Amino acid sequence: MAERVLVKGTEAIGEAAIRAGCRLFFGYPITPQNELPEYMSKRMPEVGGTFLQTESEVATINMVYGAACTGTRVMTSTSSPGFSLMQEGISYMACAQLPAVLVNVVRGGPGLGDIQPSQGDYWQATKGGGHGDYKLIVLAPSTVQEAVDLTVLAFDLADKYRTPVVIIADGVIGQMMEPVTFPEFRNLNTLPKHDDWALTGANGREKHIVVSFDIDPHVLEKMNLEIVEKLRKIEANEKRWEEYKLEDAEIVITAFGTVGRIAKSVVEQARKEGIKAGLFRPITLWPFPYERLEEISKGKKLILDVEMNMGQMLEDVKLAVKDHARIEFYGRMGGVVPTPDEIFEALKKFLNV
Amino acid sequence: MLMGQILSLAGMFEGKHVTWMPSYGPEMRGGTANCTVVVSDEEVASPVTSQAEVIVAMNIPSLLKFEKAVTPGGYLFINQSVVDREPTRIDINIVKVPCNDIADALGNLKVANMVMLGAVVEKTKVVSLDSIFMALEKKLTGGKASLIEVNKEAIKKGMEAAK
Repeated sequence: MAERVLVKGTEAIGEAAIRAGCRLFFGYPITPQNELPEYMSKRMPEVGGTFLQTESEVATINMVYGAACTGTRVMTSTSSPGFSLMQEGISYMACAQLPAVLVNVVRGGPGLGDIQPSQGDYWQATKGGGHGDYKLIVLAPSTVQEAVDLTVLAFDLADKYRTPVVIIADGVIGQMMEPVTFPEFRNLNTLPKHDDWALTGANGREKHIVVSFDIDPHVLEKMNLEIVEKLRKIEANEKRWEEYKLEDAEIVITAFGTVGRIAKSVVEQARKEGIKAGLFRPITLWPFPYERLEEISKGKKLILDVEMNMGQMLEDVKLAVKDHARIEFYGRMGGVVPTPDEIFEALKKFLNV
Repeated sequence: MLMGQILSLAGMFEGKHVTWMPSYGPEMRGGTANCTVVVSDEEVASPVTSQAEVIVAMNIPSLLKFEKAVTPGGYLFINQSVVDREPTRIDINIVKVPCNDIADALGNLKVANMVMLGAVVEKTKVVSLDSIFMALEKKLTGGKASLIEVNKEAIKKGMEAAK
């Protein structure tokens, strides 16, 4: 069995990307994810890859765009304000249907906000972010090991569906150390080559064109429909979530990422006091596992959504649960991480116990 | 920070679930830099906590900030060389260790943290000394390998001081 090592979340994502066959990294510094580009700057030359620190996030995403046009595995990472700056390029990439992995280690916002852990970019990541009709696959790890596994998955999904994939983390996942086992290195020769569309030099073959533009509305609509069809496929095939102690649960906590793991403590605490609680943790924030959550919510006493924001995933929880159960929300903002105790207190308040 | 990493690594070697969570905000730019370590037989749900069974205060600001976070019956370790005031809690175990003085006597002030780690291991038995040494050897490599011995010595002195 592979060795277990103690690593930081950001560095774990970097190493996982390299093992997944990523050899191109573009980035611009911003806390709390600087350890990731720092790691890449050291590691990429060791594996024959390229690390490039750009002059801005706008430059970064356009370099990622260019690299992705060649069908090569490429990644960038940033934090909230930087992710906002990248939205134009991300929208272009979504239209041009380009695979890439984008890491957003979310910090307190809006605006310059602060550098503490937050989940305030849920809407931005899952509802579009940039202009036009598109969605991105959004993966939310709650442990460092899961961050490793989802990074590898992100590259595979990006290639499979020709789409940017977002890994949404926060300062806790990014900064904490946990034991992980890394997967084996991918053989670069086995990675998808994208011979049918990538810009690899047209010598001896018909030219490929990668664009995010067409002046003719009917042609653009065709491109739109192609993207929509792809998104429907992703919705049908790629929903992922974790269920924790839901078999006999009367109360369901919904939470993702860091809060998703903190909520497990709350479930345990509640059960010790005779409250049958369980956890539903979406792993793909888009596509959101609506159907499964609806099924689970039927007959439940309470659905308590907990997030580090004003209630963003809450909207999807409401869409899923409909009127099957009472829904309440508890959240902290500004970069404050809720403790298990305060979530449990909130739960008891809603239950009047 | 390093103290916490060595402890986490030692816990990992013993097959336990561990998390290490640092402060990375303004504290790191001058303030009560700290880390939270969880060593558990079960999966660690929350890497952050408002209460801890063991608190280590290496300086006065840390004592002031974190004394209240010790769970009743828990341990508060104080670096006596630097902290010249008394804790106010009476429902917890207080362990005072003159970390800097011991480190100084060993000829390397930088191992004051390892003195404290020795004291924590002695009192709490959270991990074994062997695992701590293993972690130290894993962590201090290359040019730092020459520092393993003085760190081990510091840990042993810390254990003695806490007995």
